[in-house]
Amino acid sequence: MAKAAETTPAQLPDAETVRRLFRTMALVRRFEERTEEQYTRARIGGYCHLAIGEEGAVVGAIDAMTEGDCLFASYRDHGQAIAIGSPPAAVMAELFGKETGVARGRGGSMHLLDVPRRFFGGWGIVGGHLPIAAGAALALEHTDQPHAVLCQFGDGATNTGAYHEALNLAAVWELPIVFQAINNQYGMGTSVKQSSAEPELHRRACAYRMHGEKVDGNDVLAVREATSRLLEEARSQRRPSLLETVTYRYRGHSVADAGKVYRTPQEITAWRKKDPITRLGLLATEQGVLSAEEIEEIWSEVAAEVKGAIDEALGAAFPDPDTLYEHVYGDPRWREQFAAMRSGAPFGERGEERTWQT
Amino acid sequence: MADMTYREALRRALDEELARDDAVLLMGEEIGRFEGSYKVTAGLWEKYGAKRVRETPISETGFVGAGIGAAMLGLRPVVEIMTINFLLVAMDQVINHAAKVHYMFGGTVGVPMVIRTPGGAGAQLTAQHSQSLEGWFAGTPGMKVVAPATVTDAYGMLKTAIRDDDPVLFCENLVLYNLTGSVPEAEEDFTVPFGKAAVVREGDDLTLVAHSYTVQRALRVAEALSRDGVETEVVDLRSLRPLDAETVAESVRKTNRVLVAEEGWSTYGVGAELAARISRMCFDDLDAPVERVGQAEVPMPYSKPLELAALPLESKIEAAARSLLAECGVL
Repeated sequence: MAKAAETTPAQLPDAETVRRLFRTMALVRRFEERTEEQYTRARIGGYCHLAIGEEGAVVGAIDAMTEGDCLFASYRDHGQAIAIGSPPAAVMAELFGKETGVARGRGGSMHLLDVPRRFFGGWGIVGGHLPIAAGAALALEHTDQPHAVLCQFGDGATNTGAYHEALNLAAVWELPIVFQAINNQYGMGTSVKQSSAEPELHRRACAYRMHGEKVDGNDVLAVREATSRLLEEARSQRRPSLLETVTYRYRGHSVADAGKVYRTPQEITAWRKKDPITRLGLLATEQGVLSAEEIEEIWSEVAAEVKGAIDEALGAAFPDPDTLYEHVYGDPRWREQFAAMRSGAPFGERGEERTWQT
Repeated sequence: MADMTYREALRRALDEELARDDAVLLMGEEIGRFEGSYKVTAGLWEKYGAKRVRETPISETGFVGAGIGAAMLGLRPVVEIMTINFLLVAMDQVINHAAKVHYMFGGTVGVPMVIRTPGGAGAQLTAQHSQSLEGWFAGTPGMKVVAPATVTDAYGMLKTAIRDDDPVLFCENLVLYNLTGSVPEAEEDFTVPFGKAAVVREGDDLTLVAHSYTVQRALRVAEALSRDGVETEVVDLRSLRPLDAETVAESVRKTNRVLVAEEGWSTYGVGAELAARISRMCFDDLDAPVERVGQAEVPMPYSKPLELAALPLESKIEAAARSLLAECGVL
């Protein structure tokens, strides 16, 4: 059943994969650093949860997805959107609340998604999206699609009822899903040890007779290998699993939290020494896959890409307030359904002119 | 037309939609071998198999959430919740998730899911099993909430709900399951649209608005009042969201008096919503303030005399109607 694996592969994958992983992590890092800056400039409102430091766990797992697989994430979801391939300009536009954002400016930081790339959100209630991800896996199973669901969530979610219900359903229904706990050590400011009777989160899988496994979340190659293997088991054997990826967030829970009250500077420094991007960069240069110059070049490229995304998003239009009531409903009959409700009332509801495909 | 019970009409709608569309699947506790707590799904597990009539653990958050996820990927799940009281366990999934998806994600994905569940009271089921909470859900944009009161509507509205692209809470009623009525033949592909109230009895002296089982009570009250020469118009709301305020207002403009009766609590209830709308739409037409009748504002007690005292029985609705009419000098 559950096991803790130290699975850094002896050999690096092909150069293209190494380069892609490095570049995606660097892009996510740069995107989030600039996001933080944009927030301080008041271009982004509301909550804003950064995952700086967690790129290995996020990018390694998403890179293991194959076409047709579905992704679900919590509200700490900027990296997921970038890693799945959403245009950074559309993601930044969403953070800015622009009409060109991935959710037309209706969702914001916590509710990114990209349906064509099978990224189904970006959810704001801790643990709430786990049953929904299980339902997506049920749909794959029900329609005999040879794909799986990757459901990412934080360590805090593992103490919610929805987590247990989702894992139990996935197990009894043999659903093709990998539950990935991104254990960044803290649910807001409360440590895993303080909040979880079994702080080795992967061991909880045994309660559902499910395979549980722990990997170093700052080792992007190990994360990718484990996720790839578990997704394949999910696809081919309809076996769900729980993957714990152990990592760390350098920043606070959100931009409103300095992240200093509940942990020591020494702890943050110690984790920074295990930085997932630096680590892959070192390994790649040591093994001659990437040169120091190439790495520099990648950093310049992603910086320019993020700058371009910010510029494009800044230039985009905000949604027209006249569209406030649009998108509440998706059924094409909404207009006639609500016709007799709006009359005489000071408010109303609208839906879509054209509905999405089911 | 075929005569059948409300329960059988629901079953036939489910059966026909399962046969019509492969994307439809049923999920819920005890809906398979056990045939459903109230036997609505009897025979469907045998006919369509365990995959399309999926038995679930007692895990409302889990399987309502699973319904949402399956719907987002294009299935049309019909989730049975044993009673509306248990839906509170999954409130987060319904209100924070299902109702938000289409809007929050900018109209790029939706949730074509139906949650079927009975409410109602009267069988000494006590505080935790006797609530009528549909108003809670009807207060949330993104949800559609319907509550058919007749056999025909139960059949036609369930078919509409399953074909609708938005999350629909379909409210049944424990007392209504054995009501008899008729439904059209299957070949007609009969459906009943959302957002259209029905005038189920015409009258000029008083408008009595109700939904679900209370419509049946309202019709009996109307008959009693008729014996005293008062003709009551009974409006069956059928849909709570979308709400057909226009049909209610039209009736009130004719009768100038209106009483709203419901099985749930009046405070913050369906009647409260209607009173606000009627006061705006019919301010100059009213002879008296909008009157309301609901369950006594206590958790439902067990003991029979206490339960009867708490229920919005015909006697209470009639008393409220007579009082309102007396205030207007009619009785």
